[in-house]
Amino acid sequence: MIVGDLAAGELRRRLRGSGLRVRIGPVVAEVRSPFGVVESAMAMHYAAHHVATHAEFADFHVAVSPPFGPRRWIKRQSLFHFNGNVAFLPLAATQAFALLEWGLNWCISSHCHQFLIVHAAVLERDGKALILPAPPGSGKSTLCGALVACGWRLFSDELALIEPNGDRLIALPRPISLKNESIATIAGFWPDAAMSPVVHETAKGSVAYVRPPATSVRLAGRPAGPGWIVLPQYVKNAPTELSSLSRCEAFMRLVDNAFNYNVHGRAGFDTLADLVAASRCFRFRYGGDLQEAVRVFDALAAAP
Amino acid sequence: MSGDPAPGILFEALRDIDRLGAAYRDWESLIRQARAADLLGTLAVRLATRDLLGHVPAAPRAHLTGALYRCRAQEAAVRREVEAVRGILQPLRIPVILLKGAAYVMAELPPARGRMFSDVDILVPRDALPAVESTLMLGGYATTHPHPYDQRYYRRWRHELPPMQHVKRMTIIDVHHTIVADISGVHVDTAALFAAAVPLAAVPGMHVLAPVDMVLHSATHLFRNEDLTHGYRDLVDLDALLGRFGADPAFWSALPARASQLGLGRPLYYALHWTSRMFGTVAPAPVTAAVAAHAPPAGRRWLMEKLVERALRPDARHAATLWARRAMYVRGHWLKMPMPLLAWHLTVKAFRRDEPSALP
Repeated sequence: MIVGDLAAGELRRRLRGSGLRVRIGPVVAEVRSPFGVVESAMAMHYAAHHVATHAEFADFHVAVSPPFGPRRWIKRQSLFHFNGNVAFLPLAATQAFALLEWGLNWCISSHCHQFLIVHAAVLERDGKALILPAPPGSGKSTLCGALVACGWRLFSDELALIEPNGDRLIALPRPISLKNESIATIAGFWPDAAMSPVVHETAKGSVAYVRPPATSVRLAGRPAGPGWIVLPQYVKNAPTELSSLSRCEAFMRLVDNAFNYNVHGRAGFDTLADLVAASRCFRFRYGGDLQEAVRVFDALAAAP
Repeated sequence: MSGDPAPGILFEALRDIDRLGAAYRDWESLIRQARAADLLGTLAVRLATRDLLGHVPAAPRAHLTGALYRCRAQEAAVRREVEAVRGILQPLRIPVILLKGAAYVMAELPPARGRMFSDVDILVPRDALPAVESTLMLGGYATTHPHPYDQRYYRRWRHELPPMQHVKRMTIIDVHHTIVADISGVHVDTAALFAAAVPLAAVPGMHVLAPVDMVLHSATHLFRNEDLTHGYRDLVDLDALLGRFGADPAFWSALPARASQLGLGRPLYYALHWTSRMFGTVAPAPVTAAVAAHAPPAGRRWLMEKLVERALRPDARHAATLWARRAMYVRGHWLKMPMPLLAWHLTVKAFRRDEPSALP
C-alpha cells in the first residue's frame, strides 16, 4: 500500500496516533505530527511512497510537534523529536514540514553509516548515476529539478548514498527542496511540477518542495552504478559551460561534501577513489539557462 | 505516547547477550533504547564478540555495523588527540593523568570498546593549572564558556577549567585538577592519585589512574553526578572495569581501604550495589561487608533505590524517568555545593537557558 491509498482521515489518524510508517529508499521512518501542514505535505509529497507496517523494522522514530508552554498557542512553534528527544532549535509552526525534511536529512546523514554519504543531488539514466556534489547555493537542486522535468530519474535531491566497497549508489527519492529565486525559476521551467506552497523566512530563506515523480519513487529499489560526477556552479548570467575536471579534484570535492568520510577510514578513501575512477568528471557552470543546461547533460548521457 | 518500547529490553540484552540469537524479535525497540542510552556501539561490539552479528536481520544490523564504524573512527580520533595533547604539554614536564574514555582507550580497557566519546579529560597538578591552560591556548584550544559568570563559577568552585575546544579540530578537552570539587565538602587527596598513577608505556609523560582509583573515580562520577541521562552507560562502563580489574584479588583487597582514605566510600557502596543489581556482578564478601559501613541511612537508601532505578531507564519520555532524573539533578547539585551557593547558581542558570543546537 502507498500513502496515497490511505483512506480519508487515516493519514491524519496515523500521524496523530501510532505514527505513519513510510518507506523512503533504504530506510523506514515512523513520522508523527499533529500539524495540518505536515499532514497535507505528507499527503502530497509522499503519496507514492510505500506505507510500512508495524511489523517491519523502523529505522527512525521522528515527530514534529508543538512545544509545551506559551509557544504552543502564541507565535506557534514546532519542535523536531528524534527517538523521543528534542533535536535542534524550534522553528515557526508554518515551517513544520521543512523541519521534518531537514530532520530526516539529519537522521540519515548522521546515522546511516552503512553508506558513505555525500551532500549531492543524484539523477539516473540507463542505470548510471549523475552525481552533483555541491555546498548549498550552487544551484544543485535547481539543476536537479530541471533534469527531472526533462525525464532524468530523480535518485536523491540531497544525499548521495554510496555503498562502501561496492560501486553502487542507493536511491533516496524525496521531495526536491527549492530555495529563494530557484522556486520561480523551476515554476517557470516546469509548469507541471507539483509544488508545495512557499514557506518564507526559514533559516535558508524561502523554501518550496517539488513532489518526486511517482516513477522515481516506484523505482527506488533499483540502484545505479557510477556514471558522471559534475560539480555545478550557478553564476548569475554566466554562459553555460561544461569543462573537464581532474579525478584528484573530483575526489577532493566529494570529500569536502561528505558527511561521514571520517567514519569510514581507509574504506571511505577506497570507496570514493573507486567511484571517481569509474566516473567521468566535469565542472559545470551555468547562469540560469535551464534549457541549455539540460541539453548539455542529455548530450553527456548520449556520448559513448 | 503509544509505541514506546517497554523499558528493560536493553538491560536484559546487556545482561545476557546470548539471548539475541536468531529467534530474537525485538530489534527495533532494542536499537532505539541502545541509541537513546548511547550504547549502540557497546551492543554491536558485544554481538560481534559473541559472533552473533550475522544472525541480526539486515535492517537493524546496518545500525549496528554503522555504530562499529563510528566507534572505530572515534577511537582513532581519541588516540590522535591524546598524541596532540601530549605534544603540547610535553615542555611543561608535569605528570598528566588521562581520565574516563581517553584512559580506557589508551590503556586498552574493556569499556573503550564500542564507546562513543565527546571529549578528552585530563588531570593535572593544581599548581600547574595556569601553565597548562596557557600552553593549551597556544596549542590552539580556546574556552567554550566565554560568559564571565561561567568563567568565575568554574574557576572558583569546580574541580576543572571550563571546557576548551580546539579551534580547528573542534575537539574538546576538560582539564581537571582533582576529581571532586573541594566545595562539596569531600577533599580527595589528589597527590595520592598522582603517586599511584600508572604510566602509559606508549605515551611518555601520560598516565592513567591506578585500577582502584579508576573504579572510585568512575563511581564518583556516576553517583555524585547531577546528570543521569547517560547514567546507565556509565554503569555499564563501571561494570566492565570491575570485570577486568576484579580478576586480581589484590584489587578487591585494596578497594575498601582506598575508598575510605579518599573519602569516597559512599559512591563505592552505590557502585557495588548497582552493578550487582543490574548485572549480577558480585564483589567478594569481605569487600561487600566493609563497604556496607558506607551505606546511607535506611530512609535515604530507600529513596535512592527508587530514584536511581527509575533514572537509569532509557525511556526519556516517561514522566517518572524525567522526574527521577530531575530529582537526581537536584541531588547532584546539593552534593556539589552548599545551599546558598546552589540557590544562587540555579537562579543564574534558570535565567540563562542552554538551548539545543541549531539545525546543521
